[in-house]
Amino acid sequence: MPIQVLMPALSPTMEKGNLSKWLKKEGEAIKSGDVIAEIETDKATMEVEATDEGTLGKILIPEGTADVAVNTPIATILADGESAADLGKAAAPAKQEKAAESAPPAAEAKSAPAPRGESAPAAPKAVTEPDPEVPPGTEMVTMTIREALRDAMAEEMRRDPDVFVMGEEVAEYQGAYKVTQGLLQEFGAKRVIDTPITEHGFAGVGVGAAMAGLKPIVEFMTFNFAMQAIDQIINSAAKTLYMSGGQMGCSIVFRGPNGAAARVAAQHSQDYSAWYSQIPGLKVIAPFSAADYKGLLKAAIRDPNPVIFLENEMLYGHSGEVPKLDDYVIPIGKARIVRTGGHITIVSWSNGMSYALKAADELAKEGIEAEVVDLRTLRPMDTDTIVASVKKTGRAVTVEEGWQQNGVGAEICARIMEHAFDYLDAPVLRVSGKDVPMPYAANLEKLALPSVAEVVEAAKAVCYR
Amino acid sequence: MAAPKKTASKETGQGNGAGQPLEFTREQELSALRDMLLIRRFEEKAGQLYGMGAIGGFCHLYIGQEAIVVGMQMALKQGDQVITGYRDHGHMLACGMDAKGVMAELTGRHGGYSKGKGGSMHMFSKEKNFFGGHGIVGAQVSLGTGLAFANRYRGNDFVSLAYFGDGASNQGQVYESFNMAELWKLPVIYIIENNRYAMGTSVTRSSAQTDFSKRGVSFNIPGEQVDGMDVRAVKAAGDEAVAWCRAGKGPYILEMQTYRYRGHSMSDPAKYRTREEVDKVRNDQDPIEQVRNRLLAAKVSEQELKAIDAEVREIVNAAADFAQHDPEPDASELYTDIYR
Repeated sequence: MPIQVLMPALSPTMEKGNLSKWLKKEGEAIKSGDVIAEIETDKATMEVEATDEGTLGKILIPEGTADVAVNTPIATILADGESAADLGKAAAPAKQEKAAESAPPAAEAKSAPAPRGESAPAAPKAVTEPDPEVPPGTEMVTMTIREALRDAMAEEMRRDPDVFVMGEEVAEYQGAYKVTQGLLQEFGAKRVIDTPITEHGFAGVGVGAAMAGLKPIVEFMTFNFAMQAIDQIINSAAKTLYMSGGQMGCSIVFRGPNGAAARVAAQHSQDYSAWYSQIPGLKVIAPFSAADYKGLLKAAIRDPNPVIFLENEMLYGHSGEVPKLDDYVIPIGKARIVRTGGHITIVSWSNGMSYALKAADELAKEGIEAEVVDLRTLRPMDTDTIVASVKKTGRAVTVEEGWQQNGVGAEICARIMEHAFDYLDAPVLRVSGKDVPMPYAANLEKLALPSVAEVVEAAKAVCYR
Repeated sequence: MAAPKKTASKETGQGNGAGQPLEFTREQELSALRDMLLIRRFEEKAGQLYGMGAIGGFCHLYIGQEAIVVGMQMALKQGDQVITGYRDHGHMLACGMDAKGVMAELTGRHGGYSKGKGGSMHMFSKEKNFFGGHGIVGAQVSLGTGLAFANRYRGNDFVSLAYFGDGASNQGQVYESFNMAELWKLPVIYIIENNRYAMGTSVTRSSAQTDFSKRGVSFNIPGEQVDGMDVRAVKAAGDEAVAWCRAGKGPYILEMQTYRYRGHSMSDPAKYRTREEVDKVRNDQDPIEQVRNRLLAAKVSEQELKAIDAEVREIVNAAADFAQHDPEPDASELYTDIYR
């Protein structure tokens, strides 16, 4: 019976891919291990190897097709003795094709898992409140968060020759997550620098270069690996301005994916929002929308202080509208109300906003109008915006993927209590990641993360509904 | 102390040879004597002030190691950068930083280099290209490599000097830095001040390879052992290393064999070494006495040497006086210099 070849999942976060090229023609013989097609994932262009022998019977998805969902049949292979006439007998897929790649990076060594389902909801479409930083009538361009980040870096590198980017696989590999794609080609190896796998060392080199007046963008392949470098980030970058009586500081951005990706387990899935946002001397940014990723990264690169820029891998492929402005820079330290409502305030940031906005949609169906505040910056925290909203609604819930103890949600609760206690009609509740290391099993991972249902439940509890 | 020797990857081929003391001119001898004396007297005074309670916290004195920073500074030019660890008073004075500002920082006063907010281990001078003063052992090695990275990025010919001790030499980031420095041919001189004790642990108890000039071998970084008690040998080795770096050949390692006369910090009971060991180095190899004896042999008058001593004492006394009378930082300084 003919065998179906399915669109393979080639990265932890891949849900769909582009079928860029067929390397075999219909009717051509195929041996196990032959490269039959090239697929462009959210991270890289990968080769697909056949795991079965036979003849390429029919190509079901022509080359050049974009956004082919994982597990879609893309071709049929005929076994010996079968002919095109057998094609109709549509075979159940025997096995998934396996991916071959010339140089897999550390981040992708976490072999291809199934895409995450409900636990990380897709970006909600509508942001109801207009962005105050954008003049009315500005043309909007739809782009992925990955592209927004790349454009932000490229624009700042064009603007200031002292800006450079360094990190593992940022140059020739084009970025482990394709965030630095094309930068090497435009700016050359002097300004787009592949480092050895040596986080502690290159973080220190970056800080030293910044102390000498350059403006490094240090990419960590993920913030999990930055724990090797945290001494240089805190003891050297954050404290030098103070310890030098204001003489010497450093303008430097540490950026990279933070928090849980998908199915990469405990050592690769930790949220550092609370860790860094405790440190005076650092600024900490954790955006959600594509426009904020762009405008805030540009602000971070220009800022004369050390900035921790926490990205979310689950969001890299998500698209959003970014204003087409020559120089779109968003001030650091300002939260944004992305949805107005009078019954309850939901405060979140980064991917936590995915749950918050979906929950707001659900709550609206039950007559509860939630006001959703996207913090965007964790340090300095925009307490005024949170407090003003809570004074209006009298109720609040915080949403974060990180752990609860000493978390950012705990800090928000304390500030609400300090500044709006008399306005509260109910205790503030926190929805957070569970108090466990991130498990690998799909069902457990889903349980360990916050969910839309938990946010809805907490909001209703706070509203006594 | 063993006689210093050239070691390690000399296939990199430097002819002249560090550790071969070049003769100094009379002016150089006098200048070295003055600069070393300033550090010695400054540190003695700091020790006194610590004993009086005027200086708090940790205070690590440089007495015995003066020839290293003074000799190296003689090999530099304006614009070269210096960075070091927590035993940093000597480095700052050698860089030309004002004794008053350094001493006032030790006493935590507003007139200190960091307005009293850094203390003994954390001082900086942008003007003098001194990048600290770092309290985390080994951190300055990566940072100093970053200073060299900036020089290379800008295409200038400045060199950065990253000083660290035999103790810091066992930190992982030192080798991460060595690797990148050689890979990218960064103009950094790694100066290992081997004073034989990392706090209370002797090098033989802490280090599998006690020849620190060889620590760069697996990265192809040339290294030399230098008599760090002889300012002329230091200067000669410094000249060679600086030339290597300025020529774009990458990093260089100098192991300076030296000795600290005082404890690791002011609260060191010194149970790990004998009084005899300390006295022997003091009597036989003191870096200042070596210069003084050469000058006397060259018929420089006692009078002239005494004048230098008097001048230095005056600077140090004025610094101590300033440091004790300058006001503490205003309470408002608590919240300044966190962001700019």
